[in-house]
Amino acid sequence: MSVATAPDVQTPPPPVEAALPMSRNAGRLLLAPSVIVLLAWMIIPLVMTLWFSFEYYNLVNPTLTGFAGWDNYRYLVTDPDFWVSLENTLIILAAVLFVTVVGGTLLAVVFNQNFPGRNIARVLAISPFFVMPTVSALVWKNLLMHPIYGVFGAIARGFGLQPVDWFAQFPLASVIAIVAWEWLPFALLILLTAVQSLDNEQREAARMDGAGVVAQFFFITLPHLSRAISVVIMIETIFLLTVFAEIFVTTSGGPGNATTNLAFLIYARALLQYDVGGASAGGVVAIILANIVAFFLVRSIGRRLEV
Amino acid sequence: MKATPLQRALAIIFGWGAALLLFFPIAWTVLTSFKSEAAATTPALFFTPTLESYREVFARANYLAFAWNSVVISFGATALALAFAIPAAYAMAFHPTRRTRGTLLWMLSTKMLPPVGVLVPIYLLFRNGGLLDTRIGLVIIYALMNLPIVVWMLFTFYKEVPNDILEAGRMDGARTGGEIWYLLLPLSLPGIFSTGLLSLILCWNEAFWSLNLTSVTAAPLTAFIASFSSPEGLFFAKLSAASTMAVAPILVFGWFSQRQLVQGLTFGAVK
Repeated sequence: MSVATAPDVQTPPPPVEAALPMSRNAGRLLLAPSVIVLLAWMIIPLVMTLWFSFEYYNLVNPTLTGFAGWDNYRYLVTDPDFWVSLENTLIILAAVLFVTVVGGTLLAVVFNQNFPGRNIARVLAISPFFVMPTVSALVWKNLLMHPIYGVFGAIARGFGLQPVDWFAQFPLASVIAIVAWEWLPFALLILLTAVQSLDNEQREAARMDGAGVVAQFFFITLPHLSRAISVVIMIETIFLLTVFAEIFVTTSGGPGNATTNLAFLIYARALLQYDVGGASAGGVVAIILANIVAFFLVRSIGRRLEV
Repeated sequence: MKATPLQRALAIIFGWGAALLLFFPIAWTVLTSFKSEAAATTPALFFTPTLESYREVFARANYLAFAWNSVVISFGATALALAFAIPAAYAMAFHPTRRTRGTLLWMLSTKMLPPVGVLVPIYLLFRNGGLLDTRIGLVIIYALMNLPIVVWMLFTFYKEVPNDILEAGRMDGARTGGEIWYLLLPLSLPGIFSTGLLSLILCWNEAFWSLNLTSVTAAPLTAFIASFSSPEGLFFAKLSAASTMAVAPILVFGWFSQRQLVQGLTFGAVK
């Protein structure tokens, strides 16, 4: 709080520009542009989405307009596709969270050990996070999972097994595999940072007392990681609720609606069927879902924040 | 703590095993990019390497135009976000008020708005404003999207700049503008650099808005790669070559910014 402290008596009175009220105004002036654009970025689309969700608004049927009341929402909740998409959204979320958090925790402990080439191995392991989603999805679909030309098929044939047509037989699991591959490195990176801040003396003391590796993990490492794990879960949830590109380039939500999640459903409503009102109602649901998580995330981060 | 030989062996096996498994798809893509189109459909490990696919991607697909879009959009959005964020982070770090804490948390909460929730209004606004399929449109979206992260990271860096130095400058009669330009900017250059790097990575890989708001003229690499998803586009070697070129630069950036990534993506909640 440098501004608030009174100037030393010995120093000559500061020039007018450096006086206290000026600085405070200057501070506001510097902050204002960011606040204004973010406020606009948040409020305008939000209000429009809410507004459209109560309107009849279809780009291919301009005759039907006006206030729709709850019609868009009623149409949404009576649409079986909506419930399937909600289910798929939650399945993707739960499955990817499980794989990345469990895998990330175990790998963080492994990469916390000293072993030859650890730094290179770590760089390789976190690399998938930097691959753009469209590339990951297409590489997995074509180069790895393709039943005839893919690597997995070749391996299966090598063992004398029938290759699996992943995207036809297990479409949702295939999408989950791709997304988990992208996010496992993220969990590993965050959790590794957290593990490294663990006090080694504590573990040493536990070891002296006769705690085995497993006991050390469950009674010291895991409690220490609990905060980092909850942050990973919340941040991943924000992104995983709206997985889009991976589905867009691999299955387009199909076969049928097997891989249609909420994000893809809204996209299809808006930009394929031009149903602005219906898509907006879906958008409102997505916003509410994300905000439930965001509430806890912001609170958890706020507790740590020192201003 | 001294690890037993068994622990050490297990760490090597699991550490390297996981690393190689996770990296395998990337390595395989790079490998396939050097195959001929005929060889790319067989999972052979030994083949005659060729640059044929790279030549084809350059010649036919107009790869450079998409790459240039990615460069312009990523750097443009990063510069724009920094221009807004540097003064804001400075004000909050060095002239905090009672509202600073709330402002920071509110900025963070704007990041929680799911893009798909506002797809419809943004699409319509862009259509009416003539911003669909323009680079400036994506620059604006990406800058706004990353602004909270950029402000937060800079705020964290500024918090570590010793206040005494600025105090001394102020005593010597530096105005606020001069203070930022001559004192703070040089001091926090490493912080600005790594913040910018993270913003570049996020912009480069963004694939929701780029797929929905661009088609041809302003399409960046994420959208270009998506064009390989059509069944006619099943040219594995060309897909691999294009993917390798799209991913390689940002992968290297990513390796250099691991630590900042943790800070930036968790908003300082994990250090």
